[in-house]
Amino acid sequence: MAGRKDWEVVIGLETHTQLTTASKIFSGASTAFGAAPNTQASVVDLALPGVLPVLNKGAVDCAIKFGLAVGSHIAEKSIFARKNYFYPDLPKGYQISQFEIPVVQGGSLTIQVGSGQEAVSKTVRLTRAHLEEDAGKSLHEDFAGMSGIDLNRAGTPLLEIVSEPDMRSSAEAVAYAKSLHSLVMWLGICDGNMQEGSFRCDANVSVRKKGATEYGTRREIKNLNSFRFLEKAIETEIDWQIETLEDGGKIRQATVLYDPDKNETREMRSKEDAMDYRYFPDPDLLPLAVSAEMVAAIRASMPELPEAMCARFMAQYGLSAYDAGVLTGSHALADYFSATLAAGAADAKTAANWILGDLSGRLNEADIGAAAAPVTPALLAGLIKRIADGTLSSKLAKEVFAAMWAGEGDADRIIEAKGLRQISDSGAIEKIVDEVLAANPKSVEEFRAGREKAFNALVGQVMKASKGKANPAQVNDILKRKLG
Amino acid sequence: MQNASLKQLSAALAAKQISSVELTRLFLDRIKALNGDLNAFITVDEGFSLAQAKAADARLAAGTADPLTGIPIAHKDIFVTRGMRTTCASKMLENYVSPYDAHVIEQFSAAGTVTLGKTNMDEFAMGSSNETSYFGKVKNPWAREAVPGGSSGGAAASLAARMAPAATGTDTGGSIRQPAALCGVSGLKPTYGTVSRFGMIAFASSLDQGGPMAKSAEDLGLLLNVMTGFDPRDSTSLERDKEDYTRDLDRPLQGLRIGLPKEHFGEGLGADVAKAIEAALTEFKKLGAIIVDISLPNGRLSVPAYYVIAPAEASSNLSRFDGVRYGHRAPEYGDLMDMYKKSRAQGFGAEVKRRILIGTYVLSHGYYDAYYLKAQKLRRLIAQDFKAAFEQCDLILGPTSPSVAFDIGAKAADPVQMYLNDIYTIAANLAGLPAMSIPCGFGNHGRPVGLHIVGNYFTEARMLGAAHQYQQATDWHTHQPQGI
Repeated sequence: MAGRKDWEVVIGLETHTQLTTASKIFSGASTAFGAAPNTQASVVDLALPGVLPVLNKGAVDCAIKFGLAVGSHIAEKSIFARKNYFYPDLPKGYQISQFEIPVVQGGSLTIQVGSGQEAVSKTVRLTRAHLEEDAGKSLHEDFAGMSGIDLNRAGTPLLEIVSEPDMRSSAEAVAYAKSLHSLVMWLGICDGNMQEGSFRCDANVSVRKKGATEYGTRREIKNLNSFRFLEKAIETEIDWQIETLEDGGKIRQATVLYDPDKNETREMRSKEDAMDYRYFPDPDLLPLAVSAEMVAAIRASMPELPEAMCARFMAQYGLSAYDAGVLTGSHALADYFSATLAAGAADAKTAANWILGDLSGRLNEADIGAAAAPVTPALLAGLIKRIADGTLSSKLAKEVFAAMWAGEGDADRIIEAKGLRQISDSGAIEKIVDEVLAANPKSVEEFRAGREKAFNALVGQVMKASKGKANPAQVNDILKRKLG
Repeated sequence: MQNASLKQLSAALAAKQISSVELTRLFLDRIKALNGDLNAFITVDEGFSLAQAKAADARLAAGTADPLTGIPIAHKDIFVTRGMRTTCASKMLENYVSPYDAHVIEQFSAAGTVTLGKTNMDEFAMGSSNETSYFGKVKNPWAREAVPGGSSGGAAASLAARMAPAATGTDTGGSIRQPAALCGVSGLKPTYGTVSRFGMIAFASSLDQGGPMAKSAEDLGLLLNVMTGFDPRDSTSLERDKEDYTRDLDRPLQGLRIGLPKEHFGEGLGADVAKAIEAALTEFKKLGAIIVDISLPNGRLSVPAYYVIAPAEASSNLSRFDGVRYGHRAPEYGDLMDMYKKSRAQGFGAEVKRRILIGTYVLSHGYYDAYYLKAQKLRRLIAQDFKAAFEQCDLILGPTSPSVAFDIGAKAADPVQMYLNDIYTIAANLAGLPAMSIPCGFGNHGRPVGLHIVGNYFTEARMLGAAHQYQQATDWHTHQPQGI
């Protein structure tokens, strides 16, 4: 990494998000993933002679939703254009996209770079977001000497979201991509499934000497479908560009592919052999008109946005910016939190800690979403109640949580069945303390000689003797009193 | 019977004077006798037609018949038909059978008409002489050495030779009206958006419009009643109430203001044609019409504007014919690019290639503004001319074509001369206006002359009324070629 510190990195992302409409953007065929090849391609998707596209209004609604969420201008009139090129998985020989006048114009996204207390907030400007259709898939592996064509994906609606070149590191690019990913899922316009290609990024990367005012020549890394690849590809590309420039070489504008096996970026085609797509307005489609009423209706149907909800969680429940940010990082988690409070968990801070701690840990381990957690918000609320009323110590609570996750019932039932009720009867605790003190004269002596550690050892003995059920605060008090 | 009007045929069928099977047989026999010489049909399938005729007879017997039930119709081979191949007169689609019917075909099926066969045309509707068909030239029934006009030349010839009592055509720059004029029959191109383009193989999407061709204006009205109607599968289809296009047939012409564009009576117009048009105008005056001099100053720009816009759209529309999914694929090729090149080089004829090249050129980076955008501006100017003209008159009359049918081969080597055939007809397509041609006499060598009538948007009924009144007062539309 020769001389990274002398260089400034400039990154802009183009993100293709597959919209969650049931049917395709210009035909009535299903968009469901995973069907047998070509079973979800209608005569329109196959581009048979005579067929015509008809715009799916649902896709437009998704685009408007997104635009409103990021403060964009929603164009009253936008134009679908044809992008002409030949490829076997592009049946019409052109892709219908928006070129000169997209439906979503401008806007911005605030991202958190870094985590915990070190997180820094940054605003990334958006250039535009436009509607277009996806192509089919060429399958080169399955047929010896031939290529297979699967047109199930052809015509799937995409919203291509284009950022300004506002990011200055791979970490910022990943933070932006993650933030965008959670937003489109939050809005319910994209399922966010990156393995299935529902959310994929192209990264435009360039470097320039620190203090330079002109951008360097950029190369575009295509089709990155995981955050890890996004980060690694950008890092690799930055290193390559800096090394090339420091060796006296030049960067030429190009499209590159990232090879994760070799961890290298490889040029696909340079700008010189870039295709001339011969864009022109599609005469089969009228200009897309969006009325103020349409925008107003969609605005009214929008869910509370993560930023607003995050601010509310901080103000209403006294959560830290970080906790509130993580809770509102996904709609499912935020819903879980709200549902837990609604189910009677009086202490929001405790609820947040449990959700961000044990619950999130378990969810990650099981690789499931919050909505699928065996510990439902109602179960968690029941547990928190028993912590608040002193029935459970935090240690016992963890045990109860584990049992609830294993499906052993609600907190009260588990407490009853396992006898996990905390001992808060001071008489009972005093009795145990006395026994422990009598049995450990050496520790008592050491404590009196000024060794604080001995106190902790005695606490440990009391807890052990009570099988962990003694109320720790009371144990502390009583021990101090007896020893003092 | 072959000279009967649709109204007479309908009455004969209703009165059981003839069955649909007998009527269909009669026309099939005429096709069998004449098509070897005239080549008006590409595909005829007697079994297919007779089965439909039988079904029509059942409807007639059951008393569920519509006005055109049982009447045989010849469809231009640009409308896709299930069960009968659709070639668009191209080697590219020599053996193509559509899995669905065009909207126009559906409309006629619902009305109970019988498909007589698929008529010959210029390849992909590109031509004004029917000389570009892969399936061979069509001869003009009035003079075997002459062209029938194009691109709906097979339809016009089949009507003139009484091989069909009615036909469908499509008109992108005059493709219904010019062959109607050259073959002495009637043809109407409706307002753009009136007839669905779904299943009509696209040439130039913003100009293409299907329409009826027949022996008289009255027949055109009956056919138009069936052909039109909103189709949600075509985004440019207009959602309008169904109307009866025959409602103004008997309306007197007293006070009708006929505009004569001075530009259509100047240089380039054959003296023989001018004479026949003037005689027709005298007739209209006798019927009570008032002649108004008007000007269409930008009309001269219609041919250049058309030959930018139409090829541009065509170059993109024809990209789907790539040999991948259907249509002609070269029997031998190297890699993918070679497959594309060879398949398209072999599958398309010279005129189609010429237009794809022109269209690709005018859409290319760096030329788009100078050609395509400028042509679109001209298009608006041309439409404004008409708007101004229709403030002074109700209908615009003039010649359909500058000359009578020319000899086969006479203009084949000079595309510009060929393109100038459409100098009077193209402007209506660019403006989206309804326009028609009816026979109004004979010119040089006893070949038919067509009278061109352009109306304002949605005035088809008024236009048909004027044409019908003229046809009541004259008998040009009843003349038929000798030896047929």
